[in-house]
Amino acid sequence: MLMRFTEEQLMIRDMVREFTEKEVAPRDKWMDENGFDRALYDRLCTTGLTGVHFPEEYGGAGCDAVTSTIVIHELSKGSASLALALDISWVASDMILHHGTQTQKDKYLPLAAEGKIFAFGLTEASAGSDAARIQTTAVKDADGWWVLNGGKSWITNSGVADYYILMAITDRSKGAKGISAFIVPKETEGLIIGKHEEKMGMRGSSTCELSFDAMRLPPDALLSSEGMGFKIAMQGLDGGRISVAAISCGLAEHAFELAKAYANERITFGKPIAKHQAIQFKFADMATDLTAMQMMTYNAAEVKASGKRHTLEAAEAKLFCSTRCTQICLECLQIHGGNGYSKEFDVERFVRDSKLLEIGEGTSEILRMVIGGTVLGK
Amino acid sequence: MKILVFIKQVPDTEDVKLDPRTGNLQREGVKSILNPLDANAIECAMQLKARYGATVVAISMGPPQADAVLKKALALGCDESCLLSDRAFGGADTLATSYTLAKAAEKIGDYDLLLFGRHATDGDTAQTGPATAAWLGIPQITLATSLDVRDGWVVCTREIEDRIETVRAKLPTAVTVCDTINEPEYPTPKNIMKALKKPRYVWNAADLGADTRLTGIPGSPSSTKTVFEPPKGNTDTRYFEGSPAEIAVQFVDMLEREHAL
Repeated sequence: MLMRFTEEQLMIRDMVREFTEKEVAPRDKWMDENGFDRALYDRLCTTGLTGVHFPEEYGGAGCDAVTSTIVIHELSKGSASLALALDISWVASDMILHHGTQTQKDKYLPLAAEGKIFAFGLTEASAGSDAARIQTTAVKDADGWWVLNGGKSWITNSGVADYYILMAITDRSKGAKGISAFIVPKETEGLIIGKHEEKMGMRGSSTCELSFDAMRLPPDALLSSEGMGFKIAMQGLDGGRISVAAISCGLAEHAFELAKAYANERITFGKPIAKHQAIQFKFADMATDLTAMQMMTYNAAEVKASGKRHTLEAAEAKLFCSTRCTQICLECLQIHGGNGYSKEFDVERFVRDSKLLEIGEGTSEILRMVIGGTVLGK
Repeated sequence: MKILVFIKQVPDTEDVKLDPRTGNLQREGVKSILNPLDANAIECAMQLKARYGATVVAISMGPPQADAVLKKALALGCDESCLLSDRAFGGADTLATSYTLAKAAEKIGDYDLLLFGRHATDGDTAQTGPATAAWLGIPQITLATSLDVRDGWVVCTREIEDRIETVRAKLPTAVTVCDTINEPEYPTPKNIMKALKKPRYVWNAADLGADTRLTGIPGSPSSTKTVFEPPKGNTDTRYFEGSPAEIAVQFVDMLEREHAL
């Protein structure tokens, strides 16, 4: 693939590759069995990668969206779960980067850059894709503080996050424009971490329910201004979708490499199965898909890095890459035959991990609505 | 304090294969990397820099593409890099290499500490560091497993056969370090972003004022005649069964039969 990465981007890619091979990949199976790996995440923080795209004045390395996409892409070749945890932390903390007041940026961005974990809460039990129908309310009390009641579901990083960006209705009469965003530290009274989801895959990232019982927040917990929550969330998801596309690339490439090694080793009818046309054709299709996936992902990242609106490119990349990723992981399992169906082989885990990518941060169905609406509206 | 770290680009040993026909290393398609032990030398310099403050210069002799390892050194926190590159340096053995490195150290001047990895994973001689010290007429400490600088002295521990000795030498001194001395860090994105903006020098023989009779092939009394894989050892494995005492008896009997006793 001819991507015009800068020399610095290539150096960061090599560094992430080395870190991923040595320290991330060996932990992925453990995470699948035991959940989020705090020690590994702490180690990730010491590498400086958590701050790669934050401006230098907030303790980051000042890199662009292409570079942060490289980081997510490379990490996901070792662990899609870990890449997802970092992706979501960035989705949430970037909301402060793009919409926060100067005081909020000064307070939270250095923490985000050094690796404090952020989570983002929009989805509720009765409002996922239909995000404007959320029920959580925020009401201003006599002291000007906000009082939140309600709950959230399927919140990635919940349970391990240090800070939450939560969406709540401040004016029900205004629909989506009545939703506001709030910054909530984990120790806030009234913030209750609920049931831990037993997910099918991506088990190295923590997902819990949250509930808010008269949770009081100071006036400066409001992110941006009242009614901006839905816009902040949708913009945040645009960036997150590029990362999910990148995770899809990394996970599919990982599965592809394992299947390739297996196909060259496994002998049937006197030759490696890689020499059978039935298997070769699978690799031909997968390789073609992978090239397209990478091109779409980095194209979306470049549009974002250029400062332009990237809703369409991000949605297209996420839709295509996540769908192909699941199919590639399934095909790689098939190439492994019976072994692929065993937990002893990694590809079984990848199949479970991949499915989430078609659901989180906008289901494929919602993405088709976004893409269809955009192209028909043009 | 000024620290010079000497580093080398080597083929990734996990990747290396010998050409079955010529016996030479197959370099085509083999990834080039920073000699792993040189990463320990760089980390050592970074720790001293953090503790006492220092200017750290990374130096490598090699073809233009060896600049890749110098970039990595800068990304790891070194302040400047010098690539010693000239056709006249080609084909150098350890003597000619160390002469060239010593000329670079002289050109930079004012050095306090010269750091080397204990050996390079390609040549595996462990001679270049000590020989550079000899050309410069400065003390050398080899195989350091710890290193500190105190009041103008460098203090190192060395692990030798049955003991650990602590030695010290007055600065300037050359030290070759073992891989146990530290755990090399990854370059941070912040340092990577700064790396290519730092001073990067490329010097040829004339820049160094080097006598080309002492560099490259003319300066190398030794040369590699052939490279070959060691013959496969006897893989005839025998297993003994029984109690430890029975196994010992069977083992000694076998040694007698094989005339090994």
